[in-house]
Amino acid sequence: MQTDDFDVNAQMLQLRQGNASIGAIAAFVGLVRDLNEGSTVSTMTLEHYAGMTEKSLIDIASQAQNRWPLQGITIIHRVGELNPTEQIVLVLTASAHRHAAFESAMFIMDYLKSQAPFWKKEATPEGARWVDARESDETALARWQ
Amino acid sequence: MVRILYFASLRENLGLADESINEPVTTVAELLDLLAQRGQLWDEQLRQNTRLQIAVNQTMTKREAAITTGDEIAFFPPVTGG
Repeated sequence: MQTDDFDVNAQMLQLRQGNASIGAIAAFVGLVRDLNEGSTVSTMTLEHYAGMTEKSLIDIASQAQNRWPLQGITIIHRVGELNPTEQIVLVLTASAHRHAAFESAMFIMDYLKSQAPFWKKEATPEGARWVDARESDETALARWQ
Repeated sequence: MVRILYFASLRENLGLADESINEPVTTVAELLDLLAQRGQLWDEQLRQNTRLQIAVNQTMTKREAAITTGDEIAFFPPVTGG
């Protein structure tokens, strides 16, 4: 959890440093869009439940580690005020082969979207509003269960 | 005594981020009944809220969950991170 931006390449180098058994790293980067539900978004504020957030991300990572043969996982989520085009979330998964890396990165994002205690509030020309949870996020989670 | 935290739209609608209560409650449902007695707003936002998310000691749980002195209970809307 951090308010600062992250450097994807630096994070990737750190994850695989000196580990010659890693054959694949999958990377997911979530970004702030300037349009949501038909309104332009000027800024987005991310609130979280300090303490539980860390706990739930560690839990999600260990579930991924139990399901796939992974050499390492990086999850960074930003909080605070963000502008369109800014990076929100980074997930890196390292494995010997691509399937485990791709699948575990999707799994982590699907879990994060419906389990980790973050809430987005958007500033739009019509005023500030809390982003509504999507049913499709629950559906995405169900396929792993 | 239990500590209660409210997040996001719930915190804004109730005008409260956290509080501690001393009344004896043994489940989350009992706590929600107690809070609902504060008036219509509290009843609607918490007890009658079918999308209400609950965490006890930072783990997601259900209304039937048992609670005891010293527990941290959090109420919040469905999460929207990522």
